Order: sequence, then C-alpha cells, then structure tokens
Amino acid sequence: MTHHVLEMPIDEAQARALRVGDTVTLERTLFGIRDATQIHMFDRGRRTRFDLKGYAVIHTAPNVRRVERSNEHPAGFAPVCIGTTTSQRMERFTRPLMEREGVRIVIGKGGLGDASRAAFQELGGAYLAIVGGAAALETTWITAIEDVDLEDLDPECLWRFAIQGFGPILVAMDAHGGSLYDKVRETAESRRAAALAAMGVSQ
Amino acid sequence: MLADADLFTVDYAEIEEVAKELYIRALKILPPQVKRGFDRLSRDEDDATAKTILGTMVENIKVAERTRNLLCQDTGIPIYNVIIGGDLRVDGIALKAAIRRGVERATREHPLRSSVVHPITRINEQSSCGRLIPVINIDFDDSPRQLRIEMIPKGSGSENGSFLKMLIPADGVDGIKAYVIDRVIEVGGRVCPPTIVGVGIGGTSDLCMHLAKVAATRPLGSACEDPEGEKLEKMLSIAVNSLGIGPQGLGGRGTAFAVHVETAATHITMNPVAVNIQCHSARRASAVISEEGVEYGF
Repeated sequence: MTHHVLEMPIDEAQARALRVGDTVTLERTLFGIRDATQIHMFDRGRRTRFDLKGYAVIHTAPNVRRVERSNEHPAGFAPVCIGTTTSQRMERFTRPLMEREGVRIVIGKGGLGDASRAAFQELGGAYLAIVGGAAALETTWITAIEDVDLEDLDPECLWRFAIQGFGPILVAMDAHGGSLYDKVRETAESRRAAALAAMGVSQ
Repeated sequence: MLADADLFTVDYAEIEEVAKELYIRALKILPPQVKRGFDRLSRDEDDATAKTILGTMVENIKVAERTRNLLCQDTGIPIYNVIIGGDLRVDGIALKAAIRRGVERATREHPLRSSVVHPITRINEQSSCGRLIPVINIDFDDSPRQLRIEMIPKGSGSENGSFLKMLIPADGVDGIKAYVIDRVIEVGGRVCPPTIVGVGIGGTSDLCMHLAKVAATRPLGSACEDPEGEKLEKMLSIAVNSLGIGPQGLGGRGTAFAVHVETAATHITMNPVAVNIQCHSARRASAVISEEGVEYGF
C-alpha cells in the first residue's frame, strides 16, 4: 500500500502506478463534473474550453455563493459546500472522458462498473473512492473556485477547483483490472445464503 | 368542540420562518441517535478500511458543526411531515404556501444548491421547489394546541436505491426477507452506507412505497409499532450486517445502522414489499409550534 501525492496534471505512467488499496492526495487543480455536464458534453455535442488532459474529475455539483469577482474568487463564486455524488449514473461517460478529453482520474463514491474498469485498463486511469457525505470536510480541501464553464447548467456546470491537500483518498479501481467493489460484491453474494438461512428462509 | 375564539390559531409567517430554519438545521446538525449509531458501528468494526471511513464520517460531522457548514452537499428533495394537533385552527392552503416560501428562502438566503428540476425539461428553478415539491405530508394527532413539523432533506444517492415488488402470497415472508437482502447487495456502496434500510410491507403499491420512506426516515433507534414488523427489523438488521458490504461499499461489517420496517394491512391476493434507503447522513429536524413558541428538535 503506497501513498501517492499527485501534482495535477499527471501522465499515463503515473496513472498506471496507482494500485487498488493505495491512497492518494491530489494537489493544485481538480475539475467538478456531473450528470448534466456529461450529457451535454457527450450526447448533445457541446465542448468545453477547459483542457482536461491528464487531470482528475470529481463527480459533484457544489453549493456555491455568487460574489464579486476578486483574486480570492476569480470566477465570481465562493465555495459553500462541495461534496461527492454517486458515480454509477455516469458510468457510460468514463470512456469518452478519457478518450476525448484525456482525463486520467475519476473521483467519486459507490464505484463504477465494467465499462469503466475496461477504460481504466486500456487507456491508463484510476477511480478514487472518496467518503461520500463527508462534504464539510471535503470543502476544507478546496481553496477556491478558479473558473467555470457550461455555466447555464448551474449547479451541474464544469467547475475548476483550486485544491490543497485533497485527500487521502483510496484507489478503488486501477489500470490493472482491480476493483474493490467487485471483491466486496463477491463476498456479499457468497454470504447471501447464510444470511437468509439465519433468518429461517428455506431456499 | 371549542368555539373558534378558543382555538390556537396558526401564524403563517411563523410557519414560513420555521420551514426555512428546519431545512438549514437538518442539513447541518445530525441527530444524536445517528452519532451514537456511528459510535456503535465503529466499536463493532474490525476492517481497517471500514474503521478509517467511519472515522472520516465522524470527523465530517465535527467539521460541519465547527464551520457551521452543510454535512453533505446534497440538499436533497425537501420533505415536510406536518402533524396537526387538536384544538387549533389552520388553513391548509396557507400552511402549504408558507412551507414553500420557507424552502425558497432557505435556498436563496443561505444559499443552498437547488437540487430540484422539472422531470421532463430538467430545468432548475433555483428554488428547491417545483411541481408538487416540496413534498408535504399532512397527518393528525391528539396533542392539544400544537402543530409539529418534521423536515427531511432526502438525498438522491440513497433515494435512487428505491424498489417496489408486488410479491404474491405464495412468496410468503421468506420472499420479503430475500427481496430486502438482494436489494441491499444490488445497491452496494451507491447508497452511501452505513444506511438505514427502510422496508414497507403490505398496503397498496403506493402505500407500501410510502411506508418504506417512513421507515427509512423515522428516528434511528425507534421501533416499528407492529410487533411483527419489529421482529422482522431485528432479524434483517443482523442479516444485512453479515454481508460484508461495509461503509461506502468498500468492505466491513457496518452496512446499515438498522433496518426499519413499517407495515399495513393488505389484500388477500397481495404481498407487496418496498425498499427505500437513507444514507449515513440520516438528516432530519423537527419543530413543535404552540402558544409558547417554537421548540426545535430532531
């Protein structure tokens, strides 16, 4: 189990060095993305002016306050509460995010499926599991909202966050076909019969 | 019956204020029963990753209180349960309008992320309101001269773990038990465990689903009033925590704080079961409004 400090952006070799069970702390920049962002980017032909190559995206839609633009708040948004949403709904966007936009890391909660695992393996990427619902804590790792694109989708815009010490978070799927979620599912399925028997269910 | 002049008359400006305050409170302060639930799960946990995750959740509760921030970014779908006592006069239309204004004001004034969109156009009015939202459930009890409001911001990660199955009588209670276990396995970490698994049994299809929501959102540690339901919730609570799904679905014992069951009588040909799940941020806030003023709780 290794701890990695990643100054974003990273290259393919850095992404492939991440192994299930390792922990990661990200530095500098992180992009926030969500259902509507990706539906518009990949189903409705919209493009972002941001260069996502080598970066990490986090499945989120933050609580923000609109403020005057300043050095502290260059995009005119102050962070209020920024957390993480369930990733599974965005499963089919992992591959296009990596192929078209060059994204290397997806951060979320609850895990992704087989198509994402194949994309991580083939293209060199990883999924990091953050603790869902721990948004007050996560917000302290974000120093500013630097920029925002596709703003009409508020709160599901494409957000660029400045981050400091974003982590530690757990590598839950890696570029070598590893997935903690598959392991846990297998365990649960193997214990199903005993759980039902303990409740007197005859099968 | 008391004469009109002797009834406690509800003040709608106060209701609006309370509705606003309850939404914000619910999002920031976790009920003490849930905090104790974390203590219990942490004590029983032997998986190192699971222990770390539970520790992070507990730290988050402290950070939220210290920084007066929201526990989770998901402001949810606002649900208000209004329980109207006796000897009071209330205009239902005005009451519902006041709650709605309270939700809009909380969203604008805090500010909160509006998590509510039109189901077809997906347009967000940036008010946390929309057609039939906030959900307002109205019920009655015999508490004199008071009105109680419960507020539940229902997060989507766990709400997407909702299921209804019209089982048949031949499936029996065994069918219900297996259905619950299979749904908990199916949703895994997506519903932000440790959870409260709400199970509705009986009724009509819509009542069954509603019971599951009541079960998932009632205070942790409370028991089903139907002794048959209570037996089942004890059994199911042990069973789901034997599966190894664990906090965030990354392995461990603590898959659920508890399984809560609610029951209703059903038809001779029916055996409906519904599942609705509450995430570990099992947020709720309540207020009792009477002539003495407003008393807030959970």
